[in-house]
Amino acid sequence: MKQNSLALILGSLAIPPMAQALEFNHIQTDNSTIAFVYKQMGVPIEGVLKKFDAQFNFDPAKLPTAKAVFAMHLTSIDAGTQEANDEIAQKVWFDTQDFPQAKFVSSTIQALGDNRYQVTGQLSIKGRTKDVSGNFSYSGQRNIAVFDGTFTLNRADFAIGEGAWANFGIVANEILIKFHLLADAGK
Amino acid sequence: MNNDRYTTIAIFLHWLMAILLIALFVVGIYMSDLTLSPAKLQIYAWHKWAGVTVFLLVLIRLAWRFTHRPPALPSKTSTIMRFAAYAGHSLLYLLMIAAPISGWLMSSAKGFQTVYFGILPIPDLLSKNKSLGDILQNVHQNLNFLFIGIVIVHVGAALKHRWLDKDNVLSRILFRHSS
Repeated sequence: MKQNSLALILGSLAIPPMAQALEFNHIQTDNSTIAFVYKQMGVPIEGVLKKFDAQFNFDPAKLPTAKAVFAMHLTSIDAGTQEANDEIAQKVWFDTQDFPQAKFVSSTIQALGDNRYQVTGQLSIKGRTKDVSGNFSYSGQRNIAVFDGTFTLNRADFAIGEGAWANFGIVANEILIKFHLLADAGK
Repeated sequence: MNNDRYTTIAIFLHWLMAILLIALFVVGIYMSDLTLSPAKLQIYAWHKWAGVTVFLLVLIRLAWRFTHRPPALPSKTSTIMRFAAYAGHSLLYLLMIAAPISGWLMSSAKGFQTVYFGILPIPDLLSKNKSLGDILQNVHQNLNFLFIGIVIVHVGAALKHRWLDKDNVLSRILFRHSS
């Protein structure tokens, strides 16, 4: 009896870590967050993008075929107050009536070492497309992978906040995007 | 040295704060009705920076007050009037502290940290909480309406000294004419 359970424990230790063998191809959107921090008169304010869809393939052993495509529903942005949410739907901001979605399509994902990666790709917002890049960390636990990363979006690149709002002294150009993504091999 | 006047520093602090507080009150009323615009964000920031400045000034002023005895009231002043003056001035000092603190707490609860001059972040004591923010907005507003009410009484009392009592109680807080 005692020997049997010992054998079981040893047997389970012999199984290689699953993360190595898996390709993560499904983002658990309900457990993932895309948040951002913008500065207004020097004051950092946090916001969150509540709704996004993702197509995702990531296997650390096969980076050349890794791919991430995100469709972000801009009407689901909570910029901190109702007043701000109403404002950013306007033409001078995201113009969500004509451009309800933003899209990110990755082009390359490179290993930086120490479970850190750099992703480059094209980001499209409000009819404008720009190359962007960001760094993220990857950690696999059982069959769930966790990706945490940031990148800085310059709002002027996408005409987010035009006219009187273009003044970076009021709302800073740099918007820090923070993503925390949980993925599994569910597909 | 005669002690029938406030010190120059006390006079300077009094009038500097009078100007700041009245400007803050007027701007505060004006800005509360604005719709979102770059100007609104700028005015709110200025209001907060001025509010922090007032808070710092009142600390200096209280330190000065505790180390420099103010001139005594005219000897004919009745006990009731002495008490009224003491209570009025205490309330003014209390409101000079409570008004900026309530504004800072309100701002925190509404999710906006106060960053002095856009450079120095003042830690949030409260985290974002909409209903608490609305309550604190009421508190801030009512404290300031009470404040302006007491200020009007204060001005009225000073003018009463000038015109009815014809004593030096107002002139001892005025800058001396160069002569």
